[in-house]
Amino acid sequence: MTASTATQPNRVDGAGRLTPANPVRFSFDGDTYHGLAGDTLASALLANDIHLVGRSFKYHRPRGILTAGPEEPNALVGIARGAARRQPNVRATVQEIHDGLDATSQNRWPSLTADVGEVNDWMSPVFAAGFYYKTFMWPKKAWDTVYEPIIRRAAGLGVAPDQPDPDRYAARYAHCDVLVCGGGAAGLSAALAAAESGASVIVCDERAAPGGALAFETDARIDGQDGHRWATETAAKLAAMDNVRVLPRTTAFGYYAQNFVALAERLTDHLDEPAPSMARERLWQVRAKRVVIATGAIERHMVFANNDRPGIMLASAARHYLNHYGVLIGRTVGVYTANDSAYAAAFDLKRAGADIAVIADIRDTVDPALLEEAGRLGIRVLTHHAVVAAGGKLRVSSIVVRPCRGGSRQVIPVDALIMSAGWTPSVHLFSQSRGKLRFDEDGRRFLPGEYAQDCASAGACNGAANLAATVEEGLAAGEAAAKAARPKATAKPLSIKAESGGSWDGLMLGAGPNPEAGKVVKAFVDFQNDVTEKDIRLAVREGFHSIEHVKRFTTNGMATDQGKLSNMHGLAIAAEALDRPIPEVGLTTFRAPYTPVTFGTIVGHGRGALFDPTRRTPMHESHERAGAVFEDVGQWKRPWYYPRAGEDMAAAVNRECVTVRKSVGMFDASTLGKIEVVGPDAAAFLHLIYTNPFMKLGVGRLRYGIMCREDGFIYDDGVVGRIAEDRFHVTTTTGGAPRVLNHMEDYLQTEFPEMKVWLTSTSEQWAVIALQGPKAAEVLAPFVGGLDLSKEALPFMSVAEGTFAGVPMRLFRMSFAGEDGFEINVPGDYGRAAWDALHDKVAEAGGCAYGTETMHVLRAEKGYIIVGQDTDGTVTPHDAGLSWAVGKAKDDFVGIRGLKRPDLAGGGRRQLVGLRSKDGSTVLDEGAQIVADPNQPPPMDMIGWVSSSYWSDNCGGPIAMALVEGGFDRMGETLYVPMPDGVVEVEVRDTNFWNPDAESDNG
Amino acid sequence: MRRFSGFAVAREAMRAHKGWGRQWDSPEPRSSYDVIIVGAGGHGLATAYYLAKEHGITNVAVLEKGWLGGGNTGRNTTIIRSNYLYDESAGLYDHAVKLWEGLSQDLNYNVMYSPRGVMMLAHNVHDEQVLKRHIHANRLNGVDNEWLTPEQAGEYCPPLNISKGARYPVTGAALQRRGGTARHDAVAWGYARAASARGVHVIENCAVTGIRRSGNGQVTGVETTRGFIGAKKVGVVAAGHTSVLMEMADVRMPLESFPLQALVSEPVKPCFPCVVMSNSVHAYISQSDKGELVIGAGTDQYTSYSQTGGLHILKDTLEAICEMFPVFTRMKMLRSWGGIVDVTPDRSPIIARTPVPGLYVNCGWGTGGFKATPGSGHVFAHTIANDNPHPINEGFTLERFTTGRLIDEAAAAAVAH
Repeated sequence: MTASTATQPNRVDGAGRLTPANPVRFSFDGDTYHGLAGDTLASALLANDIHLVGRSFKYHRPRGILTAGPEEPNALVGIARGAARRQPNVRATVQEIHDGLDATSQNRWPSLTADVGEVNDWMSPVFAAGFYYKTFMWPKKAWDTVYEPIIRRAAGLGVAPDQPDPDRYAARYAHCDVLVCGGGAAGLSAALAAAESGASVIVCDERAAPGGALAFETDARIDGQDGHRWATETAAKLAAMDNVRVLPRTTAFGYYAQNFVALAERLTDHLDEPAPSMARERLWQVRAKRVVIATGAIERHMVFANNDRPGIMLASAARHYLNHYGVLIGRTVGVYTANDSAYAAAFDLKRAGADIAVIADIRDTVDPALLEEAGRLGIRVLTHHAVVAAGGKLRVSSIVVRPCRGGSRQVIPVDALIMSAGWTPSVHLFSQSRGKLRFDEDGRRFLPGEYAQDCASAGACNGAANLAATVEEGLAAGEAAAKAARPKATAKPLSIKAESGGSWDGLMLGAGPNPEAGKVVKAFVDFQNDVTEKDIRLAVREGFHSIEHVKRFTTNGMATDQGKLSNMHGLAIAAEALDRPIPEVGLTTFRAPYTPVTFGTIVGHGRGALFDPTRRTPMHESHERAGAVFEDVGQWKRPWYYPRAGEDMAAAVNRECVTVRKSVGMFDASTLGKIEVVGPDAAAFLHLIYTNPFMKLGVGRLRYGIMCREDGFIYDDGVVGRIAEDRFHVTTTTGGAPRVLNHMEDYLQTEFPEMKVWLTSTSEQWAVIALQGPKAAEVLAPFVGGLDLSKEALPFMSVAEGTFAGVPMRLFRMSFAGEDGFEINVPGDYGRAAWDALHDKVAEAGGCAYGTETMHVLRAEKGYIIVGQDTDGTVTPHDAGLSWAVGKAKDDFVGIRGLKRPDLAGGGRRQLVGLRSKDGSTVLDEGAQIVADPNQPPPMDMIGWVSSSYWSDNCGGPIAMALVEGGFDRMGETLYVPMPDGVVEVEVRDTNFWNPDAESDNG
Repeated sequence: MRRFSGFAVAREAMRAHKGWGRQWDSPEPRSSYDVIIVGAGGHGLATAYYLAKEHGITNVAVLEKGWLGGGNTGRNTTIIRSNYLYDESAGLYDHAVKLWEGLSQDLNYNVMYSPRGVMMLAHNVHDEQVLKRHIHANRLNGVDNEWLTPEQAGEYCPPLNISKGARYPVTGAALQRRGGTARHDAVAWGYARAASARGVHVIENCAVTGIRRSGNGQVTGVETTRGFIGAKKVGVVAAGHTSVLMEMADVRMPLESFPLQALVSEPVKPCFPCVVMSNSVHAYISQSDKGELVIGAGTDQYTSYSQTGGLHILKDTLEAICEMFPVFTRMKMLRSWGGIVDVTPDRSPIIARTPVPGLYVNCGWGTGGFKATPGSGHVFAHTIANDNPHPINEGFTLERFTTGRLIDEAAAAAVAH
């Protein structure tokens, strides 16, 4: 099949640059069309004489293609590549076509030409800006049951994907001397100058091909050749240089602190069949020594009645479609302008065979050279005339032209209208960099003023008057940036001659002259959000005088194009209505991103397993092999319990609990935080960090320590061993490891900087096996070298260094279960071998491995707290029954003052007690609330809550711990736990449920 | 005040809406007022409104440095809920929810309160313990909050990934059905209009530069960029900048200010029916009536007054969103922004008298003040009018940081507000 002008009625033979003309088949709303390789969806649709592409947000007005670039507010479509690759709100002016591209119009039902939502347009006199704040209030319940669902269904544009995204997204970090944002004349000049000076350069441009406005400015000549060819060759030359990276289809979307700029690169959406290995988009996070902003300018539309009819577009866009894509947007074209550049567009269209029905120029005087050329081409120019309305609905069919100050109307038939109200410099990135804008009175535009970061603006975004100035500014900015980034390099000054016949003079801000004012007409300021001139005036009338209020009340500039076309018009209309100068009214803040960025691009690899690192202990595979069920604890995967055939969780935990107390059990405690605290002041430092005394802890001894913050509440706990005079082995809770190290560093650096102490995290250096139960010493003994395990030589709460199966070991004699027990620390790499070897012996002795659940039950049987479960940041050591751990003789530690505050030291505090369900069988809900009087109505007076609760086979029933108001004085009292299905009676008791009579020497 | 109604809108539609007047007056400041409120955000404007409505004090000015509603009121993710743990908090936020339920009618301004349900996810045993503790406490306090299984959570919010294979699978959820969202700008504008109608002066572009006191320490007024304005009672409601203002009266505040970011996606047809929050995976999300996904991020790690933040924070947030809702990776971020939140040591607000006679303060809302707006204004107005707190805000004193009588929702809940 061949593509010919016959199947693409608006394709002009010999025009444009899409050579060779390779046909591409695509579909729109189910119909198949042909375009050419290199087309955007917009240019391909226009080639097929399709202007109607979508429906607007609020009024469901028929909308066409307004622009030829990323600023497009109207031509948004859904693109699908199979069911899972659906993308709503794609700008047809950006999307390149490829074979099989499947595009669908949005926000219409049942079809684009016959949309029921159009009723909103007929109702539009009611639907003025902010009308919804004034109504839908009756009846009261109707908002969220009736009105809101209807409004929600009507709003929104495209349809969100509903299947997991099969694509992946890539990420790169980059450093460079000079980042150039924009690959038009200014950006390429800057990149060239910087690169020739030896700087490392990244230059990005949002389009597929470099050149910016050179794509349509056919009269531009740079360095003696056609402007666009110069751009293409310059980009190729840059790409070939070792010190330059050229990134097409890459948008600089966010400018953050310290010259950190984020770029989004689109890699596959333009390809017929991307290789499965390819990422769809890539996020570049660039830290640049210098940034050159060369983002150009965006043409504005004219604001007049029905200016949104399909077939009406920006003059530069029409020129772009013709000169780059070879597409003539209409046969009888009207022109409405306040700017010289629309003339060049009109002349180009005329020469390509279009009939230019009229050029209506609101200006009194126009450059005679332009009038002369118009005359030569036989184009009628009406100066001081305005287009006051457009006719037609699904496509513009006529325009109404009148002298600006009133007079007779002429209705002129057209099938397209091109317009220009002048150019708005793209200062988005500059503004995001926190630079301050200044208002240029002559040009009625905002330009970069005071810079906040190491960057420079060049070209149209900096207000450059013409192509020569643009190239000159670009070269100067590139050279200066290279010199600043590499002061020692020798700059190579470049001089490139550039000229263009085109002038961009002349402008219009706000609504065009409209002698027909007062009629019920819509002159759109913001196309997508359907904000009209009248809406802006209404906002001002209602007292919304800040431009931010105007924006929020009317939603002007809040659509997916973020006001690239509408903001200046809206501002000018508001300023006029307020009778204040534009700079006094001010601009709304420019917010990142410049154009919408895919979530996936920002997320990159951070999905699924890579969302957060998964931490596994060295023994993990052994646990897996043993059939452990794992529990997420922070980033860790911890064995929760080890079910055997036929066992559910309760059965497994009961068996593990009983086994430990009867014989022996082993537990992977490697996730505990470990910090090596070393230095001459190590003891003094820990003495301040913990509530316990540490100065006199003997070498080789362990101590259970509690740590508070300044507020006096428990922050973390753990066992600390003194390995040498100046060396401690500190353990923390699993979750507390990083924050405890931070906490210690914070104090060391800010409060106790004079102390000679070094902190090193050793959490991952030690693998830890807790071996607990009456047979622990017997099982361990055969492995140990260099140590006597007798209680005389290695008493409870002591530490010694020796070997385990020949591997260096720190052995703690301690227990978190109230048994004789050890915590065996071996270097991480030996963890698994040690575990496996020990496991064989444990099994032989009738023991087993146990998981976190059993660990929790065993410690609760002894009343030991878990920080974060039995404490919640409001519990002091005294509340937890741990007054013994607060050094009474100490005159200072972190939290000592907090603990003295009246509310912490006074009565009525919630204290940790044990609870026994009186029925002897109910396991209380953790988190359940406790009351003294179960018969009160809500709000009930809650005096405490259940923090830990388990079934304990060892204790023959349920056990629970709770924080209860004045709990220590309530021993024996009956309290109540009201549940949805009845009240549970409980008796208050102490927390030591296991072996409460014989005081264990292991407690 | 011209009453808003469907009828009035239809009437105005016939004459091109020429008949609407200003929603609030913009008067020149008087030389003195009975009460000055510093800060025209939602809380400040609500305070002024309830001073006029409930206490008959109409000689009130609300002074605003910039444009009203331009601080955190206009920057937050509009989540409303009251399923807090402690009695004090549950009392305060539920008071607010009850006011939200009738606020559009009370103000004659559609604030679009939409009780579509707030679901908080659990991803591990600890999350479950915390959320269930809330549910139990809420039940006994008469606040609705219920436990959902992962399957029930998936039914309530279809885009939610409840697969067991997720990095942090959903293990359950707590749902408050009365929770939801409201239209933040409308809240500020509605209060401004209703307060103005009762005679309150809302004065924008008027920055307070000093707080003047008499010899005995009593407040006598404020210095502003538009001159001195007298008042025997001054209420400071200035969110992130409260510390700076209170310094002017030599009151040192236990506040830290952090940038907090949020973002919205492009608008799409309804695809997300409720509000979902997750503390472990850390993000929160809802869909606005306009169709944008509204997504809240975390605070920066460092204190700052800059209303911006780093890309890495947004990255973390979007990772969390895409982890919980993998169908959203192809959605696009349309706009991101930051605000400054003021955080107290116990993450609960201060609504109280101060050691300076005549000076009152309402601050410390951290990342969750929007939901309290009506309740906060209501009890703060009571506090100012009576020089004594309302029973609901009795516990939210400034002294609690000295006495230790904290209301530590963050520590207790470990849940993002």
